[in-house]
Amino acid sequence: MEIDPFIFRLSIFILSIFIGYYVVWSVTPSLHTPLMSVTNAISSVIIVGAIIAGLAGNSDTIFNTSSIFGFLAISLAAINIFGGFLVTQRMLSMYKKKKKDK
Amino acid sequence: MLSPNLSAIFYLISGVLFILALRGLSSPETSRQGNFFGIIGMAIAVTVTFLLIGNFSSGFVVVLIFLLIGGLIGAFIAYKIPMTAMPELVAGFHSLVGLAAVFVAIAAFLNPEAFNLGSPGNIKLGSLIEMSIGAAVGAITFSGSIIAFLKLQGIMSGSPITFKGQHPLNALILISIIVVTYLLCSTQSPNLFWILLAISFLIGFLLIIPIGGADMPVVISMLNSYSGWAAAGIGFTLENTALIITGALVGSSGAILSYIMCKGMNRSFFNVILGGFGATEQSSLQQNKEQRPVKSGNADDAAFLMKNASSVIIVPGYGMAVAQAQHALREMVDTLKKNDIKVSYAIHPVAGRMPGHMNVLLAEANVPYDEVFELEEINNDFANADVAFVIGANDVTNPVAKTDPQSPIYGMPVLDVEKCKSVLFVKRSLSPGYAGIDNDLFYKENTLMLFADAKKMTEDITKNL
Repeated sequence: MEIDPFIFRLSIFILSIFIGYYVVWSVTPSLHTPLMSVTNAISSVIIVGAIIAGLAGNSDTIFNTSSIFGFLAISLAAINIFGGFLVTQRMLSMYKKKKKDK
Repeated sequence: MLSPNLSAIFYLISGVLFILALRGLSSPETSRQGNFFGIIGMAIAVTVTFLLIGNFSSGFVVVLIFLLIGGLIGAFIAYKIPMTAMPELVAGFHSLVGLAAVFVAIAAFLNPEAFNLGSPGNIKLGSLIEMSIGAAVGAITFSGSIIAFLKLQGIMSGSPITFKGQHPLNALILISIIVVTYLLCSTQSPNLFWILLAISFLIGFLLIIPIGGADMPVVISMLNSYSGWAAAGIGFTLENTALIITGALVGSSGAILSYIMCKGMNRSFFNVILGGFGATEQSSLQQNKEQRPVKSGNADDAAFLMKNASSVIIVPGYGMAVAQAQHALREMVDTLKKNDIKVSYAIHPVAGRMPGHMNVLLAEANVPYDEVFELEEINNDFANADVAFVIGANDVTNPVAKTDPQSPIYGMPVLDVEKCKSVLFVKRSLSPGYAGIDNDLFYKENTLMLFADAKKMTEDITKNL
């Protein structure tokens, strides 16, 4: 009997939780705020689903209830993607080491 | 048009790039490269999705327009936001992830054909379960983050809002979420789907209102975790590896941060979630308040003490963020360093309103990160330091946490500020901190209270140095 593809996805999911566990414990506490803003940005990869929904209609019916929700979700996720990555970059550029000259 | 297999490989690559983005944060040097990996991963995921669908008709233009609108708003916010508002921003962003997850779930429920999930009224059972979980968790993330945002922004009072029967009510709603999900999956009725969303929004509000302002680090981390689980739920529905990997990463990241924050307060996760902390102790304390003598001083005294010190440790807290005193503080430290005084910063895990809040503010004020230390790294140094300068922190310095088993904060790790030769405590009044308890440090022989606004006091000290 074949294995349900769901099991494979579940395996990926469980293993990713473990990867996340070890990777996040190694994040230095001083970068916990950038960690939150960057996780915000990457979890907005949910935009993939929004794009599928937005492009589902044909040329006559670009706007139907489903695709409208898709379009709105695209905007929300885009705010997060751009906002999240840019604000993370802004924060990270502020972390500087002590200057050598004294 | 890209084949589904090839696109799955590309989604996997984005997932790996996201892992590298988090991995980069292990040190400030590698972090910028990590962020770049994250951006590439996102660009790949979005591009591949367009190529996979291969529909570049008029709908594509509409998608691009919405993408552009969101992108512009996001970029504008990212450049305009002051660093002190970072907790609000993160809470706001969490709410958007939650709402986006809800919208995608709605779109998939209304038009399952587009996602290969069956037809309306006959959606594959597994997909429907995954979709319901994603939608419910997304809705909780959304409404919970809105409340967190309002509390952090000060629009809503930061004090816990409690009422009779709160916990039984919440438990009832949580049970009904499970029941409605079960009924939804067996009947496929759209009405039940809307009811599920409505009660999930409701429970999100109710879960966060009893939690007070200083517990926000836990709340923000928890909502961060929820947004990840919501994304993973949708990822299962869409059978998309990038989304599943990311959801798991973000989910465990938020969970770990919540754990670190709870540990920093020596409280269990449930104790924080059930809320109401600090509300009851405050009233009982008013009655047996005894007058104890404190020594208070002015900027001149403080400058004198610090000028004669050889090492100073700065202990910043939320009050520094409120007073926006980080730049004034750094100027004071610059002057001290010119006088060959060694200065370092001590950060408690729960200082501020979100994990790492103080570190970002100090970085903004150009404080080099190798002068900033975590609690375990620096706690032994207090005994050898001449002056501890406590600015806007309170409970995290209270020695009662080590001595009095009756105290609500007993067992919480605190900074050993009292071991310093002298302690300068910048505070607006003698009022107790968030936990509602008196700080023994105020009455110590070697403590000098500086009653003033943190920013103004720091500037005055600099003038007197």
